[in-house]
Amino acid sequence: MSGNKKNEYVSYLEHQGKYKGIFSWIFTLDHKRIGLIYMYAIIVLFSIGALMGLLMRIELIAPGETIMKPQTYNGMFTVHGIIMIFMVVIPGLSVVFGNFFLPILIGAKDVAFPKLNRFSWWVYITGCGLAIASQFMQNGPPDTGWTFYAPYSTTTGSNVIMATFAAFVLGFSSILTGLNFIVTIHQMRAPGMKFFNMPLFSWAIYATAWTQLLATPIVGITLLMLIAERLFGIGFFNPSLGGDPVLFQHLFWIYSHPAVYIMILPALGVITEIIPTFCQKKIYGYKAIALSSLAIAGVGFLVWGHHMFTSGMSDQARWFFSFLTFLVAVPSAIKVFNWLATMYKGSIDLKPPFLYALSFIFLFTIGGTTGLLLGSVATDVQVHDTAFVVAHFHYIIFGGMGFAFFAAIHYWLPKMYGRMYNMKRATIAWGINFVGFNLLYFPQFILGIEGMPRRYFDYLPQFQPLEVVSTIGGFILIGGLIFMISNLVQGARKGEIAPANPWHGTTLEWQIPSPPPLENFDEAPIINPNPYDYK
Amino acid sequence: MFSNASNFVHGVDKAFLIIGGFSLFFLVSFTGIMIYFVVKYNRKRNPKATQIKDNTLLEVTWTTLPILLVLYMFYVGWQGFFPMRQVPKDAMQVTAIGQMWKWKFEYPGNKESDTLVLPINRPVKVNLVSKDVIHGFFVPAFRIKEDCVPGKNNFSWFIPGQLGDFDLLCSAYCGVNHSYMSAVVRIVPQDKYDEWIAALQVKGNDTNIGHSVLDKNGCLACHSIDGSKLVGPSLKSLYGSTVEVKTNGTTHKISADDEYIKNSIYDPDKDVVTGYPQGVMKSYKGTITDKDVQLITGYLKTLK
Ligand code: HEC
Ligand code: HEM
Ligand SMILES: [Cu+2]
Ligand SMILES: [Cu+2]
Repeated sequence: MSGNKKNEYVSYLEHQGKYKGIFSWIFTLDHKRIGLIYMYAIIVLFSIGALMGLLMRIELIAPGETIMKPQTYNGMFTVHGIIMIFMVVIPGLSVVFGNFFLPILIGAKDVAFPKLNRFSWWVYITGCGLAIASQFMQNGPPDTGWTFYAPYSTTTGSNVIMATFAAFVLGFSSILTGLNFIVTIHQMRAPGMKFFNMPLFSWAIYATAWTQLLATPIVGITLLMLIAERLFGIGFFNPSLGGDPVLFQHLFWIYSHPAVYIMILPALGVITEIIPTFCQKKIYGYKAIALSSLAIAGVGFLVWGHHMFTSGMSDQARWFFSFLTFLVAVPSAIKVFNWLATMYKGSIDLKPPFLYALSFIFLFTIGGTTGLLLGSVATDVQVHDTAFVVAHFHYIIFGGMGFAFFAAIHYWLPKMYGRMYNMKRATIAWGINFVGFNLLYFPQFILGIEGMPRRYFDYLPQFQPLEVVSTIGGFILIGGLIFMISNLVQGARKGEIAPANPWHGTTLEWQIPSPPPLENFDEAPIINPNPYDYK
Repeated sequence: MFSNASNFVHGVDKAFLIIGGFSLFFLVSFTGIMIYFVVKYNRKRNPKATQIKDNTLLEVTWTTLPILLVLYMFYVGWQGFFPMRQVPKDAMQVTAIGQMWKWKFEYPGNKESDTLVLPINRPVKVNLVSKDVIHGFFVPAFRIKEDCVPGKNNFSWFIPGQLGDFDLLCSAYCGVNHSYMSAVVRIVPQDKYDEWIAALQVKGNDTNIGHSVLDKNGCLACHSIDGSKLVGPSLKSLYGSTVEVKTNGTTHKISADDEYIKNSIYDPDKDVVTGYPQGVMKSYKGTITDKDVQLITGYLKTLK
């Protein structure tokens, strides 16, 4: 499989360790293999989740019951949400590409704690197993929405305990991964690699890892409180037991807003790697981009209240959270300015990774600016809890994080497998995905402004035309995704042998053979103080 | 240019236009710039990139300008929202009660209605309460939304400015029939309103207390008393009949006596009626007293 026969080496894919077959994967300590097994799990879960999304879209093509009962629908959006949020996008880029490329980018042989890394994967899989099991256990799938709002979640008869426990377990995996990456970045950088010599993806992972480490324990405790309330009737949240439902929302969002940054920061990092490579140009504003990641992570801790503008919070809290939400938009805007400046006078190669990066900027801008409408209290009153929110978060997490994942996989696949996918098919799939995505979600902004609430199994007849457009978009998108994934799988298995540096990048992963050897660097890497040293 | 369905439409829609306008401006500029660069600096046309130096002045500018801009947008949003918290002293008072999955509106004088009827051009304060879980009081045409949170006394207020019927929807997910939890807001002239409120029944005149226990606890959203099938089985002719249920996976017949009714209310997932899903009805242990269960049972006996 090696793309580099002239100097003999054994790639991490061919290397024979202690274990054989599947065990050489699930018992591996190699950060690259761990990255891949995370990726396989995530692709499977994403496909299940996307299929559920499509089923919901089919249900919504006409008012009234179309293909499922209300209770089934409610279980469906809950499970779709839990899968997509806790198992796909929160770990997402960080566990797949962070694992695979963070050590390489900083010139390290592996992460700081390989055994902890393997353990995190096991915990992750256990969490996924529990969540899937909660669907099939006695009382029916959880029907609370992925947000588990009390007191509905403390009183409904469905399988809430199992699902929340799964989210709790998944949280541990996230904390351990964050810890591992922080220590890796502090301790494992190659000699000569200072913080400000690191590629910007590492900065993004660094900011993300701190958020994971600091924010996730809060949701852990919150979910335990919920479980305790259900099991023992301890009144934390249910007012009939003396609790406060709004307290749950505060605790939940103190984590779940930063969680949005856990998903999006690595995405911003990926885009920041791809743009210089395909423009053959030094990144514009290195320091501004690095520090804006930290700024987003920091201010992101203080804006959670924007999910609760209509919950009856005090007026002071309402303006305060609105104010901070507007501020957090600025560092994101700065990144976009820097990317555009990087493209200026570049030599632009319009290959699939770059197309995904461009469409990322477009979709992320729509997601971000509609976020301003949600952060402004007056307009949020109208669109909170409507289809507008559904459109907004799909633009941010699917259009943003999802498209960045696609960009990353098209960018790094030749390095990971030493083979190249079919470029033309990848470009066509990108076009289908982009059109399908916008057709699927854009109409939902309009629906939301017109007053179509979210989590609605049925709706008023005036909403139907746009719902139909949206469902058609859903079909197109799913078609595009299948086409894209099959092209990638074919490329990884049987594609042409890829050269070590197909895109002429300058960061360290491109200086080693494809696929990389077991410990990444057979010789000590040469560190260039400027990771994007294009001539 | 703005509708006058309520006094808040102007402030909210103005914020939509201003923030939406800036958003559109940024989207169009970013997209335009990207397309322009892709064409102009395409590798075929521009095989060699020109490296440029960072420019601190430029970076300071594109940090400062957005900060000023977002501060302005924040201000516009707050300006549109602030009046929603300033209830005039002379506002009339109505209480909206959210309950799985029905709205009820309580008027002064212990009167109750399923439709929110209000006189035009008169400020009204709506007190928001919930009997069970969180519901969202949402009237899109009026641009108002606030949650009914159990245990809290939230409110909303507005001045209706247009005659007619408007949709009131529940915006906060509240269970299986969430999407059916809607009502009508009917804005009428003052004299029509006076007539209507005078004719409205004083509540509590329910001939049967057992029926009002069912009503008060939201049972009737899932159970009919006329034999029709809703989310759950109808309660008509239930008492004394033989019901087929599933207990721990095994199907058997059981007679619907006092004990069975009580179990069905306190532990609904124990014996699940065949053909109905488990986990839909929650346990009412702690919310419905033994006394109320007896009232319910007594009432069910009369439903032949
Ligand atoms: C969310 C909808 C829902 C609500 C609200 C609800 N139930 Fe039920 N109920 C059901 C369903 C579904 C069943 C059948 C499945 C089962 O037995 O658990 C059922 C079964 C029952 C039965 C057994 C009926 C039979 O035919 O054997 C009784 C009695 C009952 N409910 C009483 C009540 C009372 C009293 C209330 C209010 C305090 C109530 N229910 C509220 C959904 C509901
Ligand atoms: C990265 C990909 C995706 C992510 C992260 C994602 C995430 C989510 C989340 C968090 C929810 C909210 C669930 C809730 O309100 O409890 C949701 C709802 C929904 N999603 Fe997705 N989703 C993704 C892809 C898709 C796809 C591909 C489709 C359709 C083909 C889809 C269709 C829907 C629909 C119809 C809803 C329900 C809206 C409602 O009734 O409130 N999603 N999604
Ligand atoms: Cu948030
Ligand atoms: Cu509702």
